[in-house]
Amino acid sequence: MSSAVERFDDKARDAFDRIGQNEVYVGELQRHRVYTRFLHWMVALFFFLALFSGFGIYLPWLFRWFTPIFGGGPLARALHPWFGLGFVIFFGLQALNWIAPMTWTPADTRWMRNLSNTVSGKEKMEPSDTGFFNGGQKAQFWEIVGGSVVYLITGIILWAGARTFGRWAVAVSYILHDISAVIMLGGIFIHIYLSTIGEPGTFRAMIRGAVSEAWAWTFHPAWYKEVTGRDPVEACEEARKRGFIARP
Amino acid sequence: MSDRKTLQVRQISGHSGPSAGFDMQRDPEVCKLIDTTICIGCKACEVACVEWNDMPFSPTTFDNTYQTMPETRWNFWNLIKFNEHQREDGTIQWLMRKDQCMHCADPGCLRACPADGAIVQYTNGIVDFQQENCIGCEFCVSGCPYDIPKFNPATKKVYKCTLCSDRVGGGLEPACIKACPTGCLKFGTKDDMKYVAEERAKQLRENFGFKDAGVYDPQSIGGTHVVYVLHDAQNPERYGGLPKNPVIPWSYTVWKWLFKPVLGTFALFGLVGVLLHYVTVGPRLPQPEPQLKKEGSDVQRS
Repeated sequence: MSSAVERFDDKARDAFDRIGQNEVYVGELQRHRVYTRFLHWMVALFFFLALFSGFGIYLPWLFRWFTPIFGGGPLARALHPWFGLGFVIFFGLQALNWIAPMTWTPADTRWMRNLSNTVSGKEKMEPSDTGFFNGGQKAQFWEIVGGSVVYLITGIILWAGARTFGRWAVAVSYILHDISAVIMLGGIFIHIYLSTIGEPGTFRAMIRGAVSEAWAWTFHPAWYKEVTGRDPVEACEEARKRGFIARP
Repeated sequence: MSDRKTLQVRQISGHSGPSAGFDMQRDPEVCKLIDTTICIGCKACEVACVEWNDMPFSPTTFDNTYQTMPETRWNFWNLIKFNEHQREDGTIQWLMRKDQCMHCADPGCLRACPADGAIVQYTNGIVDFQQENCIGCEFCVSGCPYDIPKFNPATKKVYKCTLCSDRVGGGLEPACIKACPTGCLKFGTKDDMKYVAEERAKQLRENFGFKDAGVYDPQSIGGTHVVYVLHDAQNPERYGGLPKNPVIPWSYTVWKWLFKPVLGTFALFGLVGVLLHYVTVGPRLPQPEPQLKKEGSDVQRS
């Protein structure tokens, strides 16, 4: 099973590398290949289409000004399930693509325990065991996996309607669908913030697919060490010990 | 009831504010009384409904009964349901019930509807769909205990019986009432119709041997503006699935008016939160990689 998934992913990655390019300049490291970037932006496109068409259904008295984008309320409602289906399909492919680097490790548990220090800015350095993805990224990834399953099941129930699945199935699905949407809406603000102005230099990972070495060792030291064989965190400590760098 | 004041709006779906002009004047609540004990199943009301509301001929389906079609349609709002009930002594009771919107005092469709102004309840009790505001989400279908709202895939909007709000607003009775030849259908104020219905039920109990005869006006949804006189009010399910205690899913009362706006605001705090984080804590910048120099040689870069 997993080998079939790996073979599929490898084929897809190679095929997309033939279509697109992975340019890595001097002082940069390759982070995301074409296939990953393509999936990311298709997921983003369908996420926002579904989000904006969904706003008009969630609270029309507040968000009805979103619906003209889709040709009015009824059309927004009719298109919303198709946007959602696109989101689930592309995110499903991304989940298969990322299943290995997103696997939870003890380092991620430690990262999550240290979350308040990271958010408050007390801890400027990433822990030296932060790999390709940190605990927060993995938590968001698995939240979206779970949320997408909820979306898909409840979405099909809401799509087919009360006359197929019964009144109570719809009434309950409606709540679960909303909760999943609200969690993801809160998450998307954090995701966009951290990938743009919150941690500058991140955005190009999803545009050209490459990041600067400085970015890599700052935010993902273990991954940097794995790729380059160097350990700047250790080097930094060593330099401090020897008095080359003043203690903060 | 002979003036236009009977169509004063009481409630609006998806609308948080008060309804303009509500409670400014006294309005009698209207009511349709359906006495199932003297319905002869002639379907004149079905025809009158289609005629008045200018709906096209609707193809009928034959299922070996007198019933015109299995259920109401988006353009067929009034259907007589024929049901055969076998009594304990083996005799057959042929039950006929005119099925249409019940115009609930606490309408599940209006509770479930998220669209501002797509469903309104007038002070006279009529629950009416305003299709120009409908977004076709079909939540009203799950809110309704009677399976009344029907979706039209062509217009992507939902339709149902209006209790002829256009006629009632003009001081006339609904079209079905006008067409009924037996007096099975009556129309008036809720108080009057309840009185007539209770008297009729009493008559059935005392003079005709229907011990369980009674009035169907379920209080679980605050009563309805269409009430039935039934031979057996203990078992309304026999009349084609009339629920004894109709309920609105709690999600449409608790969830919609409390958690939805609260959670929506909560999600927007995510936006406020990251902006505040940016201006207070600030971004984390990539740092240049420290170079460990040992006696002038760059040992780390191997």
